[in-house]
Amino acid sequence: MGMTITEKILAYHSDRDVVEPGEIIEARIDLALANDITAPLSLEEFEKVGAKKVFDTEKVAFVLDHFTPNKDILSAHNCKKIREFSKKYGIKNFFEGGRCGIEHALIPEEGLVLPGDVVIGADSHTCTYGALGAFATGMGSTDITYGMVTGKIWLKVPESIKFVCYGKWQRWVTGKDLILHIIGMIGVDGALYGAMEFDGEAISDLSMDSRFTVANMAIEAGGKNGIFKVDEKTLEYIKGRSKRPYRVFESDPDGRYKEAYEIDASKIGLNVACPSLPSNVKPVEALKGVEIDQAVIGSCTNGRMEDLEIAARILKGKKVADGVRCIIIPATPKIYREALTRGFFEIFLDAGCIISPPTCGPCLGGHMGVLAKGEKAIATTNRNFIGRMGHPESEVYLSGASVAAASAIKGTISHPEEVL
Amino acid sequence: MELKGRIWKFGDNIDTDIIIPARYLSLTDPKALGEHCMEPIAPNFHKDAKPGDIIVAGSNFGCGSSREHAPIAILALGIPLVIAKSFARIFYRNAFNKGLALLEADIFDDVKEGETIEVDISSGTIKLGTKVVKAKPIPPFMEELIEAGGLINYLKKKLEE
Ligand code: SF4
Repeated sequence: MGMTITEKILAYHSDRDVVEPGEIIEARIDLALANDITAPLSLEEFEKVGAKKVFDTEKVAFVLDHFTPNKDILSAHNCKKIREFSKKYGIKNFFEGGRCGIEHALIPEEGLVLPGDVVIGADSHTCTYGALGAFATGMGSTDITYGMVTGKIWLKVPESIKFVCYGKWQRWVTGKDLILHIIGMIGVDGALYGAMEFDGEAISDLSMDSRFTVANMAIEAGGKNGIFKVDEKTLEYIKGRSKRPYRVFESDPDGRYKEAYEIDASKIGLNVACPSLPSNVKPVEALKGVEIDQAVIGSCTNGRMEDLEIAARILKGKKVADGVRCIIIPATPKIYREALTRGFFEIFLDAGCIISPPTCGPCLGGHMGVLAKGEKAIATTNRNFIGRMGHPESEVYLSGASVAAASAIKGTISHPEEVL
Repeated sequence: MELKGRIWKFGDNIDTDIIIPARYLSLTDPKALGEHCMEPIAPNFHKDAKPGDIIVAGSNFGCGSSREHAPIAILALGIPLVIAKSFARIFYRNAFNKGLALLEADIFDDVKEGETIEVDISSGTIKLGTKVVKAKPIPPFMEELIEAGGLINYLKKKLEE
């Protein structure tokens, strides 16, 4: 019997010819990652075990993206701790200040993840890097300490679930609509512990930015990782970014899958996940008239160039509705600069948007865009749990950039065609 | 290990933003984290829960973020065990790594809040009055972890070798 791409990567990293789903293995890692919220706990554990060094100073990354620029004294203190640790142990990939972006947009952009890698991160959306044909999964801070010290991690080999997409995409539809469609179909635990593998001609047609979005939300279906085949678009993306050798793995035609779904891309429209679960998905047309107080275009899900381009196309020459705050957050400094040089900032400013520095900010109700009791937001982020963006009685609707931008203009949840 | 405790019931898909909202994530002191445990849906939980109490939940308990603050907050209240129909996988790892025991069993509809149950964690036996339910066995590796006293002690031993 053949193996899936996920199994092949894990076999290679544990020096085995074959691994079977359900087995617990110890795998070598290519990168261990933590952020300003999760790293402090990792570092405390690091001191506790009495470790003298990290396994490889090139293969540990800290990204201070969540509560930064520091929102309060405590978050500043945590960042200081990580800064001092990085200096002491010679961590090469320490990102803060003007070099910092949202980790899951920044890490691939910096070429720190390559096809065939095993990456662990103390952040659940680490699964984003599966877009590059890598095995990437989120864990807790203690696991990351273990990885940082030993260069290895224990893993249970997941069963794979295949999503084959065929047909042509409708206008405006992006990766966000596909992944919301899938989560709506299988539920928030539909892929629990599983490897979600995306394949088919319609997947090849997706941009890299859209693939990152899809892989990013694998965790919202309970998945351990999301993974894509490496193709010309992947290789084009890593060109000029990769600084070390990498390996391309591919699923065997007779690989084993727990389940396989066929999805007709042409039937997917613009989707919105309603409060308070990412699986509560409805077509945008069904939400006409729902008033919003805030629109957020950003995050590790949809703060990339494709998203800003779409937002700019819709907001050009328009105004954000009275009483609505529209916050735009380019995910990394590179994206920020490109949006600036391409004139998007002028479009956003003219429309009355707020442009934020690269940060997680409102996505997790941290700072810059917290919601009051009873307020509603439409956001291109990935979670709409109770109180995610602020008060427990505030509500979040999740969508792609086109619906968020159109809704900002109308003040109610809207399809982009309604404002153009 | 045998436990006896009072039940607190929580439903399906209890996510980590409920267990400990993100705005408290700058805190690292377990006691301070415990004071906000379950705050969005049960603001008095941290006051009413007593050490030794047990949480019983539906499916996908602990879904959402990778924050280890979630099992830490539960442990800080003295709650040693969560029984749920299923757990989200990162939470599952984190709990064992931190020493919070988890058992997978579908007993949600069979128990009432406030009643007492007896549980033998090693064998996964749950006693509900006269009824006995067997939870899904814990994988041998996880048992090894618990025996070592969590992942950090396991690592410590490894480094000393
Ligand atoms: S943007 Fe949101 S989901 Fe992504 S890493 Fe930041 S807080 Fe997490």
